[in-house]
Amino acid sequence: MTPEEQERFTRARRGRNLALGLVLTGLVVLFYAMTIARIGGQ
Amino acid sequence: MTATVQTAPYYADWRDYFALTKPRVMSLVVFTGLCGLLAAPGHINPVLGFAAVLCIALGAGGAGALNQWWEADIDALMKRTAKRPLPAGRLQREDALYFGVALSAGSVMIMGLAVGWLTAGILALSIVYYAVVYTIWLKPRTPQNIVIGGGAGAFPPLIGWVAVTGDVTAMPLLLFAIIFVWTPPHFWALALFVKTDYAKAGIPMLPVVAGETATRRQILAYSLGLLVVAVLPWVIGGTGAIYGLAALALSGVFVVFALDVFRHRPAEGDALRPEKRLFGYSVLYLFGLFGALVADHVIAGLGA
Repeated sequence: MTPEEQERFTRARRGRNLALGLVLTGLVVLFYAMTIARIGGQ
Repeated sequence: MTATVQTAPYYADWRDYFALTKPRVMSLVVFTGLCGLLAAPGHINPVLGFAAVLCIALGAGGAGALNQWWEADIDALMKRTAKRPLPAGRLQREDALYFGVALSAGSVMIMGLAVGWLTAGILALSIVYYAVVYTIWLKPRTPQNIVIGGGAGAFPPLIGWVAVTGDVTAMPLLLFAIIFVWTPPHFWALALFVKTDYAKAGIPMLPVVAGETATRRQILAYSLGLLVVAVLPWVIGGTGAIYGLAALALSGVFVVFALDVFRHRPAEGDALRPEKRLFGYSVLYLFGLFGALVADHVIAGLGA
């Protein structure tokens, strides 16, 4: 791998990891909010 | 081939995955799904309503990814789609398959937990309908593929409505029918002025298979059907006059534009204005009609 390829690979991986992190955080928040909403609705 | 691809460094960007979900299609899906939810009688907790619309969007995204997984080799043959992540080689086919399955399964599961399993079941049905019945089975086999594909796009308002009411009644089925009948004239108008290379990819599109004159006749026929179906919610008493009159006016203009397309016999090099006008208007029409549906419901609620 040339340094340019290495740089491109690292940047793409960081982007994917960041996106996945945001999605997982969003899911945690969503499940929490859904749980409160459903308990409150009983 | 696969061996060299697998040893190559993995450059896939998150945007490539995002592109798999067909974001532009999703905007219409979110809008009609939200309108179904807002126009339905009854109340839904805002958080659960948000989750329902999110699941409709995620499910559509999953179905879109599965569609691109299956059609990667077809997409590679057409100019419009050759730059998608799979034919361009930025993702591998399995990536799209796993991503599509994960989104589809995840959206159905969250829908079930948030709203209920009837709604989740209809969402699952809509994904299978688009990814399997349409994409894999019928699209490459019949020139009526657009009619069948319209069924996939017609699910969101039905799902949004059922998320609130918990049962399938005539009204959500009519919302389904409206988009179902709207899709063929919408798409065929586009097909008349965008010379696509579907023929090269072996997809039997109506203008190519049956000819342009037959396509123009079908456009008019569906537009008349749309007029009837769009007014039905008012006729059966599911909405008030605000929606009814809006549907009548909007659909009337639709039929007039479709009539122009029907009569048009373009020479070589024609600008194809009637076709472009009908296509542009058809998008506006759907926003206007569903907007009127929600407005009707909200205003009726204020009066009560």
